[in-house]
Amino acid sequence: MNPLQPIVSLQSVRRSYSLGDVVVEALRGLTLDIAAGEYIAIMGPSGCGKSTLLNLLGCLDRPTSGRYLLGGTDISSLDDDSLSEIRGRRLGFIFQSYNLIQQLNVLENIEVPLFYQGRSDKEAREIAIGLAKRVGLEKRMDHKPFELSGGQQQRVAIARALASDPLVLLADEATGNLDSGSGREILGLFDELNAAGKTLIMVTHDSSVGERSHRIVRLRDGQLESDNRR
Amino acid sequence: MLAIGEGASYEAQEQIKSLGAQNIIIRSVKPSEDQKVTTQQNNSTLDYGIKYEDISRIQATIPGVVTIVPARVMREYVWNITVRVDAEVVGTVSWYPTMRNHRVAEGRFFSEIDQLAGENVCALGSEMARRLFPMETPLGKAVRIGSQYYRVVGVMEPVSRAKGDDTGQSSAQQSVDRMFIPLSTAKQRYGEILFKNRSGSFERERVALHEVTVKVDDPSKVIGVSLAVKDLMERNHKKKDYDVVVPLELLRQKEKTKRIFNIVLGSIAAISLLVGGIGIMNIMLANVTERTREIGIRRALGAKQRDITLQFLIEAVLLSGVGGALGVLLGVAIPFAVSALADMKTIITVWSPLAAFTISALVGVIFGLYPALRAAKMDPVEALRHE
Repeated sequence: MNPLQPIVSLQSVRRSYSLGDVVVEALRGLTLDIAAGEYIAIMGPSGCGKSTLLNLLGCLDRPTSGRYLLGGTDISSLDDDSLSEIRGRRLGFIFQSYNLIQQLNVLENIEVPLFYQGRSDKEAREIAIGLAKRVGLEKRMDHKPFELSGGQQQRVAIARALASDPLVLLADEATGNLDSGSGREILGLFDELNAAGKTLIMVTHDSSVGERSHRIVRLRDGQLESDNRR
Repeated sequence: MLAIGEGASYEAQEQIKSLGAQNIIIRSVKPSEDQKVTTQQNNSTLDYGIKYEDISRIQATIPGVVTIVPARVMREYVWNITVRVDAEVVGTVSWYPTMRNHRVAEGRFFSEIDQLAGENVCALGSEMARRLFPMETPLGKAVRIGSQYYRVVGVMEPVSRAKGDDTGQSSAQQSVDRMFIPLSTAKQRYGEILFKNRSGSFERERVALHEVTVKVDDPSKVIGVSLAVKDLMERNHKKKDYDVVVPLELLRQKEKTKRIFNIVLGSIAAISLLVGGIGIMNIMLANVTERTREIGIRRALGAKQRDITLQFLIEAVLLSGVGGALGVLLGVAIPFAVSALADMKTIITVWSPLAAFTISALVGVIFGLYPALRAAKMDPVEALRHE
């Protein structure tokens, strides 16, 4: 891939929802490029379109108009199966409420995306064990999510997001549910991952969390307010 | 349910088969009261039934008739010294057992030589043999009817009936046992006129033959031949003093009733299947709603719609499969219980548990499809937001 070409490229993206007769415009022509290896925080007050943007970036939703290129592929023109494929292979999700599957243990949770890619059980198990060690959970590999603390659960979620070695990691208020200690640990992990070359996009309204990133993008009313590199 | 139905019809079919599928049975019937008054005013001898000429006519004119078994039936007391049994004494021919599928269990049936000579020999029905000779074999012994003694040469097999003969006393009322003697002997000993002294009234009857069995060479011709026989009998008998029974026709009728019975039982089963299927659909819909968030997570992690459909479909089939397995176990156990408790015959065909299991799994697929598709069609964003 051409290193000069942005890994994520939004070109005058609009997204509107119709609620009955009223049409709500969540994003009003947003243009944004993100290069490989960046660590970027998207910030803004609630209702500014952060979540909508994250859903679009995560290929869970499609723009009403405009173009979204992820690693050179135009997402707007893909069908549901191809979008699922991209979510599984190129993107890693980290949610505020961890979103682990309760009936599966740590290793099985990490293996879920690999399962949908049709990897063999043995290969998936090796990857999962490697990642569990990387996030420091080698002693809790057969525990169920409810047996783990919030910080530990979020680390499982990060390991799961890393399982398919994605182009981009998307974190939605990843520290929002955690105490400050665990939050710091998670942010430390993010720094480490970014240092290792992962592109990281996180959504937060906590400025102290945003400070950790290298670029802060602020949104207001579905439009770009500021874009500061540091 | 089908096992019980199968068993019930099996019993009836066995009884009819014992009469022989290729046979046509003609019985003499005493004319009904009003006919008797007009035709028998002054004559004290009641003359009715099948005549010897009827047999020769049937044999001579109807093609396809192989053999004919004529029989005279007399109701008599049969004695062994002091033991008495009320029985039907049947005067017939030596090929009766093969024709009527009623085999000899012990000894032999009387032979053609016995018949030609008009010997006093007899074959006893199994039940009367047991009651007349409780302690010893009846073969070679003699039984007495009126003033005549008959040598026992054989004992017949019990007539196939459900499970009647458990105590002896009770079954004696169900069926009158038959004792077989050569037709020629019967003619010599009894003549053509029978005296009956029943419940105070004295009757004289002239009956040549009480029962004639006509065997047809090909089962497909049975119905045609029976029509010809009915026609021939109608032309030669002014009164309806006979009755033509076609076991094959009865068998067909029984099969028809069996089919209706099975349809009724089957539709009950189908309705319960439908109810069960809707139950599964309900459970799966609740399950899908409850796990909306999990569906969202899986979709975000790369699950295609197909993967989600498959997951919930497998769960539905597992659910209905376990139900089906339990149902098959019950379905095998209940007929046994019914056989044991209700004294009914039940038959479990090999394919019915297999079919039942397959159908229940199929119900899982059919009724699980809608909830599974609903799960797959969910918007991932909405699903992830779901609490």
